[in-house]
Amino acid sequence: MVIYVFDGTFSGLLTAVFESFGRKHRQVKLVCGEHFEQDMFSETVRVTADKAKAERVWEGLKTKGGKDARKQFYSAFLSESAEIFQHLFDYALYVFNQPAGYANNFGNSHVLAVSQMAQKVHREKHRMEAFIRFQKSGNGLFFAVVSPDYNVLPLILKHFKDRYADQVWVIYDERRKYGIHYDLHHVHEVTFDFKPEASPEQSQVTIAMDEKEELYTTLWKEYFKSTNIKERKNMKLHIQHVPKRYWRYLVEKEDDLRV
Amino acid sequence: MSERIREKLQILADAAKYDVSCSSSGSDRKNTSKGIGDTGSGICHSYTEDGRCVSLLKILLTNHCIYDCAFCVSRSSNDIKRAAFTVEEVVELTMNFYRRNYIEGLFLSSGIFKNADFTMERMLKIVKKLRLEENFNGYIHLKTIPGASEEMVTEAGLYADRMSINLEMPTELGLKMLAPEKSHEEVKKELGVIRNKFIQYADEKKIIKSVPKFVPAGQSTQMVVGATPESDKDIMGTADAYYKAFSLKRVYYSAYIPISHDSRMPVIGTQPSLIRENRLYQTDWLMRFYKFDVKEILNDQHPHLDMEIDPKLSWALRNPQAFPVDINTADYAMILRVPGIGLRSAQKVIAARQYGKLHIYQLKNLGISYNKAQYFIRCADSPFQLNEKEPHVLRRMILQNSKSKYARQPTNQLSLF
Repeated sequence: MVIYVFDGTFSGLLTAVFESFGRKHRQVKLVCGEHFEQDMFSETVRVTADKAKAERVWEGLKTKGGKDARKQFYSAFLSESAEIFQHLFDYALYVFNQPAGYANNFGNSHVLAVSQMAQKVHREKHRMEAFIRFQKSGNGLFFAVVSPDYNVLPLILKHFKDRYADQVWVIYDERRKYGIHYDLHHVHEVTFDFKPEASPEQSQVTIAMDEKEELYTTLWKEYFKSTNIKERKNMKLHIQHVPKRYWRYLVEKEDDLRV
Repeated sequence: MSERIREKLQILADAAKYDVSCSSSGSDRKNTSKGIGDTGSGICHSYTEDGRCVSLLKILLTNHCIYDCAFCVSRSSNDIKRAAFTVEEVVELTMNFYRRNYIEGLFLSSGIFKNADFTMERMLKIVKKLRLEENFNGYIHLKTIPGASEEMVTEAGLYADRMSINLEMPTELGLKMLAPEKSHEEVKKELGVIRNKFIQYADEKKIIKSVPKFVPAGQSTQMVVGATPESDKDIMGTADAYYKAFSLKRVYYSAYIPISHDSRMPVIGTQPSLIRENRLYQTDWLMRFYKFDVKEILNDQHPHLDMEIDPKLSWALRNPQAFPVDINTADYAMILRVPGIGLRSAQKVIAARQYGKLHIYQLKNLGISYNKAQYFIRCADSPFQLNEKEPHVLRRMILQNSKSKYARQPTNQLSLF
């Protein structure tokens, strides 16, 4: 077993796949740089992310696996899980060594693992499209703070750009400490100088709100209560759909969290 | 000002909540002109404590109503607070909720004040203002007001994504009993207007590309279940007929929640039959996605759905001659009929078996409910069995080994806490 150490980036992972082909290494243990401790008995290859090499593997994945399978490959990567990095690596090797079409062989454990993780990431992406709550600030900026389980901002960017084309907005990932900002033309990645560890409640203090913001927050909270049918109360289902970890980012649930 | 709008929203949201549709999918309005909003596969932005999805701002324009339908909270004889929104108020609410990503769009219904056309005209003003002045491309579900003129209804269809009109009760007889002023004939007339116009636009679109969208997410309807004594066979028979005659996108079933002391209906405090509602939806799914004919599930020998087990399992136990199904050779239609295999896993089975015969461990990984499916399938390493089990034995085994979410309640009641 050869150990490949990569930098944790997407192009680093693709470069690792490229290198393993050049060196004809089939059995590879892929580790992310920060977790790696030198093992004196195993051969170690340090992978340096290389744009051109990554590009070739990326193209190859499309040729052999198809567009959709490649999209799943990227989604699964955004889970940031060490276990999935290994599956992605083995998946790529498997797909390249088989005739075209084998990216759909769910009987293979790597194909299945990648597809299942992609599904989970997709679900989190969808949740963010649902659970993001913008607040309107005094200068007309709509901003939202989130903390998704997976790094899904790259996946939701297009949705928000298409939908809110006529308003300036920012979506900030508290956990990963970066955000995306739409300026009516383009979306940029941004980092902020306000203390990222501040909770949404605290950060509200530093940003002046639109004068109507409080009214609409109240109206939404009250609407949320009025549209509930008490005779059908089903908290288990409610929590299954809206897990508690998201409540602090949802205006309509934040009061329940304080109880 | 803010106090009044808060009160109105509470009254008119509360009155609108018994319409169960919250779908925001099936339309494909794009935000082409740098305006606001688009529609696609639909998003549930939140869920209330009853576990229902909140996708649209669901409100009545007004709860003043000239009709006195016994099953409706807004009936004219009911002593409740009444309110009405102005056109501007609905537009403002919709836009401000939408911009904050609270909702996918608007679901607008109304009590009937003065007459049908007067009401429909106000609703039309709202959707036109949203589309034409606010450049809003989000989802709009508009209720057709029974008795509204053909011109008014077809014009509304140019701005709405979905339109619907409720059957209210599963049979004409039931409806006449509780709402003598309403009729299924009227519902058919309105559904027919939209259907015909829809077909006309689709034909024109083949020749001229610029033909505007017309109710792109189609029509739906709703039936209240359990207020009147119809059988499941009656209910699903009606659903099937309306699906076929009016190409409906959805039929919704709503377990009746007692809201009046009317002696013709269940008394206040009676629990809504949520299991029954669930079984009806399962049957609906079998008809729409699993290619079952309604008569295979409900017929004169079996006019009621089994509350203990789902309708697909129930069908399988009644038809042992169709099983076991060989996962590695059976066609897609038959794999779909296996209890414990859903649409997604059926597709995965078909995709995966091209690369080799499937084994038990693979089936489990693919996400099928093996506990249930095992009695109905054969795969590469299925154990050899001498004699098939009798259906009633199977039924007991499956019930023992599975945990239904309703299992703890022997009656058709759900616990409140």
